[in-house]
Amino acid sequence: MFPYVLRRLAASIPVLLGISFITFTLVTFAPGDAISLMLSRDTTNAENVQLLRAELGLDNPWYVQYYDDMRGLARGDFGTSINSQQPVMAQIKQRFPNTLLLTFSAMLVALFLAIPMGLLSAARRNRPADYGAMFLSMLGVAMPNFWLGLMLILLFGLELRWLPIRGIGSLEEGIWDFVSHLILPAVTLGTALAALLTRLTRNALLDVLSEDYVRTARAKGLRSLFVLLKHALRNAIIPVVTTAGLQFGSLLGGAVIIETIFSWPGLGLLSITAIRQRDLPVIQGTVLVFALCFMLVTLLVDILYSVIDPRIRYV
Amino acid sequence: MFNDPAKSQFGSLRSRAARQFLRNPLAMSGLLIISLLALAALFAPWVAPFDPLELDLINPYQSPGIEGHLLGTDNFGRDILSRLIHGSRISLFIGIVVVSIASLIGTLLGIVAGYYGGLVDNAIMRLVEIFYAFPFLILAIAVIALFGPSIFNVMWVLGLVSWPLYARVVRAQVLSLREAEYVEAARAAGMNNWRIMFKHILPNSLTPVLVMATFGIPEAILASAALGFLGLGVQPPTPEWGVMISEGKDFIRRAPYLITWPGIAIMIVVMSFNFVGDGLRDALDPKQTN
Repeated sequence: MFPYVLRRLAASIPVLLGISFITFTLVTFAPGDAISLMLSRDTTNAENVQLLRAELGLDNPWYVQYYDDMRGLARGDFGTSINSQQPVMAQIKQRFPNTLLLTFSAMLVALFLAIPMGLLSAARRNRPADYGAMFLSMLGVAMPNFWLGLMLILLFGLELRWLPIRGIGSLEEGIWDFVSHLILPAVTLGTALAALLTRLTRNALLDVLSEDYVRTARAKGLRSLFVLLKHALRNAIIPVVTTAGLQFGSLLGGAVIIETIFSWPGLGLLSITAIRQRDLPVIQGTVLVFALCFMLVTLLVDILYSVIDPRIRYV
Repeated sequence: MFNDPAKSQFGSLRSRAARQFLRNPLAMSGLLIISLLALAALFAPWVAPFDPLELDLINPYQSPGIEGHLLGTDNFGRDILSRLIHGSRISLFIGIVVVSIASLIGTLLGIVAGYYGGLVDNAIMRLVEIFYAFPFLILAIAVIALFGPSIFNVMWVLGLVSWPLYARVVRAQVLSLREAEYVEAARAAGMNNWRIMFKHILPNSLTPVLVMATFGIPEAILASAALGFLGLGVQPPTPEWGVMISEGKDFIRRAPYLITWPGIAIMIVVMSFNFVGDGLRDALDPKQTN
């Protein structure tokens, strides 16, 4: 167990360096440097630019800048936002929990939709219910999430007026305020994953259902629903949950778009706003946090998987 | 000089696969839709009933079906069907270019990594892991944000962030083929490495690339639509589908069909490609049954 975890941790060090280097390169070598952006509002003179360049260390060769950047990152210093003049770290800290809330809710939505649908599909293989579920699943994969979001806004927000369509709720306003704000964004973000997992659950179940022990259970005279839930689902669920974990990254990517549509105050909205204003330190910080978060979750899923299924460790 | 033992089998395998593919109703209907769409895209100026950019400010928000506007007109009175048809050009083009870039880079690096192994393999696979660590869309958004939105940037950026999948799969194929007897024979005959790689190993590892590429096209179309929607892709007034949805969202109450049609168009295309991809995978990979 431990050697495996150590090996995985060690393997993530070069990845970590690579991530930081790519984000650094992106921002440093992007056309139009930070200075011209910072000064664009004030009247610019050459002397000011020179002063500011020196102050920000932009005169240094790139490897010195990279080293300084990394030292800052290690101390949790992500620089200062050009636009708001606040530390980037503070902004990220404030927004990050909201993005986590959204992505985890979407994950839950996906699992709660996918597992029953997959079960139904497998239990009624090649019958109308199965075809129906598979059709929905194909639709869900093919649907652009931003389009689904707009359609849900139109239906539940503007026509029926059941659910709020903008922003995040607050617990002080009561639990319904909090939950109702979460429903549309979480469903929008979770649908594609739900579609993918439905199909996966069905196929995993069908694989397991052809195993000998399932046949034995049935031969014992156990009811087939009991066999399905107790014997088959337990084994079929492993690949489903693993895939769900590994898809966390696509949820993060999707969150950028969904947060924009629903004005959800998370990292995604922060990064898109930063992109619109070309606020380079914020862009760098958010991309870095997204990648770190993704890497961490993948690592965690791999390790958990090795706990559930010890064969993995020796591969 | 040397006949691949795999090749003689390959012929019969291929015809078996083709037969299975042709018998798959979903795959065939997907292929039909894609063909029709490709034709419409190719001959867009002749197929489309109106000029997609022509403004008609007197007749905005025409409901579908009125005055020859089969799907209605948008806020500027532009014909939506014509815009969709012209948009299919952009989406298909982006999809194909992105997949070409990604599969070319991925296959090349995958084959080199798998064949040489050791340090080269290690370096390439680390690179793959680094790219994997970025959520696909976020990296694309960040790069495009910095280099500026344009159709050209969308294509190379999406291509550049999606090659690792191809590299990983091709490498795995090469690892198993590297030790095949016919490769050993080629080596014994003094053939150089590059020739072995590209003449003997590559053709036999292309099957999964073909399947992945088929799934890659709809993924690229969805991603470019998302970028267009965010204002980071193709720019208006170009009738890209994501851009059309983005433009239509401000009139969502007044004329919901402004966003409904492009969304349905995206869905149909993505679904068709997915059907073909499923069909190809089922036909080409006898181990996998559904």
